[in-house]
Amino acid sequence: MQLTPNTKPLTKTISSSPVKTFFNNWQLYILILLPMIYFITFKYVPMLGVVVAFKDYNVFKGIFDSQWIGFDAFREIFRMDAFIKAIRNTFVLNLLDLVVGFPIPIILALLLNEVRVKWFKRSAQTLLYLPHFISWVFIGGMATQLLATNSGSVNIFLNSLGFESIPFLSDKTHWVMTYLAAGFWREAGWGTILYLAALTGINKELYEAADVDGATRLRKMWHITLPGIKPTIVILLILNVGHMAAIGFDRPFLLGNPGVRDVSEVISTYVYTVGIQSARYTIATAIGLFQAIIGLIFLLSADFISRKVNDQGIW
Amino acid sequence: MNSAANTKIVDVIIMIIIGITSLLCLVPMIHLLALSFSSNGAIMAGKITLFPIGFNLTAFKAVFLHSAMIRSLIFTIFLVALFTAIAMFMTVIAAYPLTKPSLKGRNFFLIVIVLTMFFSGGLIPDYLLMRELHLLDSIWVLVLPGSISAFYLIILKSFFSSIPLELEESSRMDGAGHFRILWSIILPLSLPSIATLSLFYAVGRWNGFQDALIYITSPNLYPIQLKLYALVISGQANDMSIMEAQNAGAPVPQSLKAASIMFGTVPILLVYPFIQRYFISGVMIGAVKG
Repeated sequence: MQLTPNTKPLTKTISSSPVKTFFNNWQLYILILLPMIYFITFKYVPMLGVVVAFKDYNVFKGIFDSQWIGFDAFREIFRMDAFIKAIRNTFVLNLLDLVVGFPIPIILALLLNEVRVKWFKRSAQTLLYLPHFISWVFIGGMATQLLATNSGSVNIFLNSLGFESIPFLSDKTHWVMTYLAAGFWREAGWGTILYLAALTGINKELYEAADVDGATRLRKMWHITLPGIKPTIVILLILNVGHMAAIGFDRPFLLGNPGVRDVSEVISTYVYTVGIQSARYTIATAIGLFQAIIGLIFLLSADFISRKVNDQGIW
Repeated sequence: MNSAANTKIVDVIIMIIIGITSLLCLVPMIHLLALSFSSNGAIMAGKITLFPIGFNLTAFKAVFLHSAMIRSLIFTIFLVALFTAIAMFMTVIAAYPLTKPSLKGRNFFLIVIVLTMFFSGGLIPDYLLMRELHLLDSIWVLVLPGSISAFYLIILKSFFSSIPLELEESSRMDGAGHFRILWSIILPLSLPSIATLSLFYAVGRWNGFQDALIYITSPNLYPIQLKLYALVISGQANDMSIMEAQNAGAPVPQSLKAASIMFGTVPILLVYPFIQRYFISGVMIGAVKG
């Protein structure tokens, strides 16, 4: 066969190959077309939509024909007390979340790691991960059921023991604690997953060597386990700091109430109040844009720090 | 001997701490369930802890007889199914081409996608776009804007690229195009990860609240979370028929509210034990690749 080369099939292969490649690629482009239309329409068009922040947006004129106003909207938002308060609240709540909440999953993971009864560990994990799947609407409803000053179960119980009611939801300081606790309730267990994964990666021989040296459990935890998950801790800490300016909408909105607005109104809920409820689109867009820029600065700084510390960015 | 006993004690203490913490995750829900099955008198007397007292089904019956609630539940089930199907379809057709080096401009497409994970127009530009597209107050506004998660897309793409190329080579020899390869080779091999991501999408949609709050105004398009919000948290309950239908012996709002909240969460609680491990593996992939 090789001695009698037949040129005909060869030329055929060569000539049909580009056609075939083109045909195959054509199918790939068809596949990616719809997703690209999606990203451009629903992600990139709204990015252009931030020009609303620089225009006196008029519903009837539309974005294009509305008047340019430059940075007037930004000048105005900085004169708004409520806006300054929303920024303050966003940072305070995030900072408290980080300072108080960050160690909880680490401690839980370390404790879970020490549990040797398999079925117990697995059942505990199942229960600990559960709240992550519960919606904030449920948690908000549950909070009023359990914690309302007059009718909440916890206070009814306290009263029956002869204690005063605690204003969990109506007093500002108590509300902040309720906000934090609800967040820990939902996310602390879930937060252990990455640490537990890191724990399984620790070399077992280290523990055996420590056993030979007669190290106590606490010492092993301190000298082997903690250093073993240190990279994970550092990465998650940096990531959390990077998201300092961003705050979810559901949690403060659904736990909050008019009585504690002074501490519960954060940027995400304030944009909703100003933009959707009062229809002040220009102002609300400016607030959103300002937050996005601050958020980006935080993220980029976090990435920079991560590169310094870990020789690896956060992305 | 002494140290062995010590270890035992420490073990027990750790298990107690872990046990209490995990029970704390469950107790509020059990309490709520107990409330929804209890009698008025017992609730007002503050007797309910973890078990219903004066067991009755009045509150649940009231919720079930509340036609708007049932409508919202059926609508939400339909919405979740529609959303999950569309989102999964979009994610698959986006992920497959991105694993093929023969796709010219693959990196460009990837950058276009990844950038959306860090930049967004924000709430108001999104809202104005939905209005321009005449999507406000329609079921599509709850389906289309979230129909691809860039994050899940990256997860699926990394899974697709882990499938050995040899598996599709033989069908390529037979002249199969990418549609065929995707449909009859890649998809059957990826069923577990597709199931996982579908669950991510479905739970996200079931629990979704903010977009419905902003975009939906007609009550017959309220997904269950918005319905519960209106009923339980924002205090609109008073002017709803669910209250008017009550007469003597009606449950106090407490048990009714508790029953409503449980009503919206039971589906999640039912599927949770089965999907839990998929979610964990999903987090792991996300952590490695994201």
